[in-house]
Amino acid sequence: MSAAMRDKQAGLLLDEPLIFERSRSGQAGIDVLGGEGGEECLPIELRRGAIDGMPEVSEPEVVRHFLRLSQWNLSAATTFYPLGSCTMKYNPIANEAAARLPGFANLHPLAPDELAQGALELMAELQDMLAEVSGMDAVSLQPAAGAQGELTGMKMIRAYHLDRGDSRRTVLIPASAHGTNPASAALCGYEVQQLAGNSLGVVEAESVRRAMGPHVAALMITNPNTLGIFEREIAQVAEIVHAGGGMVYLDGANFNALMGVAKPGHMGADVLQFNLHKTFSTPHGGGGPGAGPVGVRQVLADYLPNPRIVRDGDLWRWSGAAPKSIGRVRSFHGNFGMFVRAWAFIKALGGDGLMRATQMAVLNANYVRARLEKTYHLAVKGLCMHECVLTDKHLEPTGVKTLDVAKRLLDHGFYAPTIYFPLVVQGALMIEPTESESLETLEQFIAAMEAIAREAVEDPDAIHAAPTLTPVGRLDEARAARNPVLRWRAS
Amino acid sequence: MEFPDDLKYSREHEWVLVEGSVATVGISAFAESQLGDVVFVELPAVGDSVSKDEAMGVVESVKAVSDVYSPISGTVLEVNDDLPESTELVNDDPYGDGWMVKIEMTDVTDLDDLMDAEEYQKFIAESEG
Amino acid sequence: MRFLPQTDESVRSMLDVVGVERVEDLFRDVPAELRATAAVDLAPGLPESDALRRLGELAGRNASAQPNSLSFLGAGAYPHFVPAAVDNLLQRAEFYSAYTPYQPEVSQGTLQAIFEFQSMVAMLLGLDVANASMYDGASATAEAALMALRVQPQRARLVVARSLHPQYRDVLTTYLQGVRDTEVVEVGFGDDGRIDPAALRQLVDKRTAAVIAGTPNFFGVIEDVAALSAVARDSGALLVTATAEAMSLAAVRSPGELGADIAVAEGQSLGVPMSYGGPGVGLFAARDRHVRSLPGRLVGEAHDTGGRRGYVLTLATREQHIRRERATSNICTNQGLIALAVTIYLSLAGKHGLAKLGALNLQRAHRAQAAVAAAGAWKPRFSGPFFNEFTLRGVDVAAALRRARDAGVVAGVALGEWYPELDDSIVLAVTETHTDADIGRLAEVLSR
Repeated sequence: MSAAMRDKQAGLLLDEPLIFERSRSGQAGIDVLGGEGGEECLPIELRRGAIDGMPEVSEPEVVRHFLRLSQWNLSAATTFYPLGSCTMKYNPIANEAAARLPGFANLHPLAPDELAQGALELMAELQDMLAEVSGMDAVSLQPAAGAQGELTGMKMIRAYHLDRGDSRRTVLIPASAHGTNPASAALCGYEVQQLAGNSLGVVEAESVRRAMGPHVAALMITNPNTLGIFEREIAQVAEIVHAGGGMVYLDGANFNALMGVAKPGHMGADVLQFNLHKTFSTPHGGGGPGAGPVGVRQVLADYLPNPRIVRDGDLWRWSGAAPKSIGRVRSFHGNFGMFVRAWAFIKALGGDGLMRATQMAVLNANYVRARLEKTYHLAVKGLCMHECVLTDKHLEPTGVKTLDVAKRLLDHGFYAPTIYFPLVVQGALMIEPTESESLETLEQFIAAMEAIAREAVEDPDAIHAAPTLTPVGRLDEARAARNPVLRWRAS
Repeated sequence: MEFPDDLKYSREHEWVLVEGSVATVGISAFAESQLGDVVFVELPAVGDSVSKDEAMGVVESVKAVSDVYSPISGTVLEVNDDLPESTELVNDDPYGDGWMVKIEMTDVTDLDDLMDAEEYQKFIAESEG
Repeated sequence: MRFLPQTDESVRSMLDVVGVERVEDLFRDVPAELRATAAVDLAPGLPESDALRRLGELAGRNASAQPNSLSFLGAGAYPHFVPAAVDNLLQRAEFYSAYTPYQPEVSQGTLQAIFEFQSMVAMLLGLDVANASMYDGASATAEAALMALRVQPQRARLVVARSLHPQYRDVLTTYLQGVRDTEVVEVGFGDDGRIDPAALRQLVDKRTAAVIAGTPNFFGVIEDVAALSAVARDSGALLVTATAEAMSLAAVRSPGELGADIAVAEGQSLGVPMSYGGPGVGLFAARDRHVRSLPGRLVGEAHDTGGRRGYVLTLATREQHIRRERATSNICTNQGLIALAVTIYLSLAGKHGLAKLGALNLQRAHRAQAAVAAAGAWKPRFSGPFFNEFTLRGVDVAAALRRARDAGVVAGVALGEWYPELDDSIVLAVTETHTDADIGRLAEVLSR
């Protein structure tokens, strides 16, 4: 970045206190007419006066406050945001308009079915489209997020075994798995037995054969795995697990690599979760809301959450009658607002378009890998899928670590890739460009990475001090954790 | 990185100082360097019994959490009350002010499974490779 | 395809660099049998205009698109006015297209907003500390139960109010499957619609980890939280409260102030459209001494080397990405953008706006109940205090609701599905969005 740019940037970023620090006595950002004396409807011991500490700020100041805060964020819309396994693709703006149509936005979840036919039909169509893309037999849209989808899937597997009088206690999970996998398994009362992958991170049939036994309820596997490699032995692995009476859970977080390329339902998966906020373009929102629908093979369909959408003559209806269902995981019907967006995305691309998106995502990741493999150590050699994993190994003589590379990238105006995940790779830097990035953007990112590699040799201290161009520098997280301050308090 | 000669070491990276039937336990310099800045320590209570190779406490940094295992069986005589407030002692002085627990041992032969400083350093080198 | 910026030329040159002939060759590690069956059989992609037309048609078939349709449905989702500024600010791409703030230096917008959210939630619920949000009120309730069991590992019993929202109880049941043997016991409600503290005392003992009650409950009745808290405390159990209508916190003394140890709520009422039930946001607050057992993300204050104040995700070692199977929860996303909506809404409404909205909701709902009762066919079912939701007893509920619907009014939710003994009753909500004319229409359709 040029010196001129650096100076300009500082002038555009305005400082902003906490909203409470903007409060001035008596101010409010909305006007309310009526209601005087309403509090007398409550017995006096239940009445709450105005809440001290809640903001007292006028509307223009509230707007200014949040506008300024927004300017302190890097976002996927602003810049390349190559977080591995997060799939930070473009969030189509038309989807936002669609979700806000009053017919969708203002619909009460308990509206009688006849008065919600549009919503029900959209959901039924989305279920069918997700089933088609994944090769699964049935879908529930209820889980509110990927992690909740995983929990739902594992609860269904548990119900399946209990239904057979089978009290298996163990779940096999690769060491490379996302932390939600063992956490979800543990929440169902399972013990986790870790599987090692080979040098590609791939789960080998032989290791599953050795681990499989009558105590194993399921194998959880991510495909492609968290090193960006296709689990090439997955069909054999699934067969071994099935032969032993277990079920196969597929973590669908990396589904962006599979559309039109390989269907989970055909590779032996019994259940998977879809992350609508990853593959299907709904916005990440700074940490949610997501949506984690689950798809299942017929063998698990009885256990899907209640209620389900059924066809009753000419109408769509909710039916809560399925007796073997695991029950509910979320109130009402799931994150409907995200269904509208995902539906719109799938419709915009169509079958061929989804495959093209996967192809471009995988091409972009391979291009970054191929261009950086002379400069950075690759965790895995050869073709990758939608993401590639580098490490800081060759930077060792300089003392510059993965964390430092990530922080220096921020100074170049890029969001950093995922760092230190998967845990099985030392100093991992996981880069997932997605299909939304042009060649020009990739070249800019590659140039920044190469510049950092050079700077590591020439001026490692500058990298250790990074980021220096951001609104704040590295924050003392240890002190923050020792003496946590988790809220504002009036002094 | 220091590994005092007068201490014994466990495979889980605890150190033990033996004085008669009393063992003082903490975590080694290797453990604290792996963890990074320690932000939270959970210790057993005085009077608790502890068992060889079972978890008796927890130590947390910003990015990791680790069980602290007891290298021997016995009863907790004393815990380091300074630690909860000053967790940085574990990083700054792991063998001194960063000590964690004093245990009255029930079976001195438990110590036979521990390593001396030289063996421990070799053990670290081998597991790092 | 408008979302894909690659050109034939750029694809060609990238393939050359990667060292493969065709795009298909990138997938040579995928077994041929899988590739052969992977074609996605969906209609070709639609231009934006066509997609929006179809979506408009679908949206048009829902009640909320009909001009004269009037609804008094509550039962866990509530119609409230959302100022235009909330949605406008939510459409800042810097907010909605950002990720979880793992790189805090470039995420201070998100992090500071969450810190403000945590502060406001703690104030609303009357407790020390709040997390960065959960999926919804129902899962927040389930997570609160799991937390109570975690902080008291020797206790394995939960006493759950029958008057707690049925869906919250369902989700709790699902979450408890497979967790160490937990005994769940139900406590009922009296003629006032509230839990009888004496009845509760019979059920709470030294094995009880927590009492879980909704307030206002499914019938709209506000529980005597102080009395319930005393009963729980006497046996060393925690009191968990769940508030489905967060707007009630504007007018009713907070659960924390009245003795709740963990308080959760559904935040949809505070700046979030109902959207057929989701996305919403779960509010979760507890006392300082339990902070390390909290599920979900937490944002804390921090400083950089220059002494600048900033915010970071903190106490992350509780969470799944570090603790893995020993995490306090498996939650990964929170409801970031929805929590932001609540934060913006509460910033606009603030201390004074909230107090006025609380009073207005109380006034509208009590006026509506009086108007319907005066019309003669329906009577209040419970005598307990209520905020903006209440239960009425009538005759032939199904027929009455059908007649109302024929007149364009969805008058409420029939209770018989979950409470057979209340099959003569409906529960309905009246908010600041209902005018005097709307209330007149309600009284009219319920007078027949």
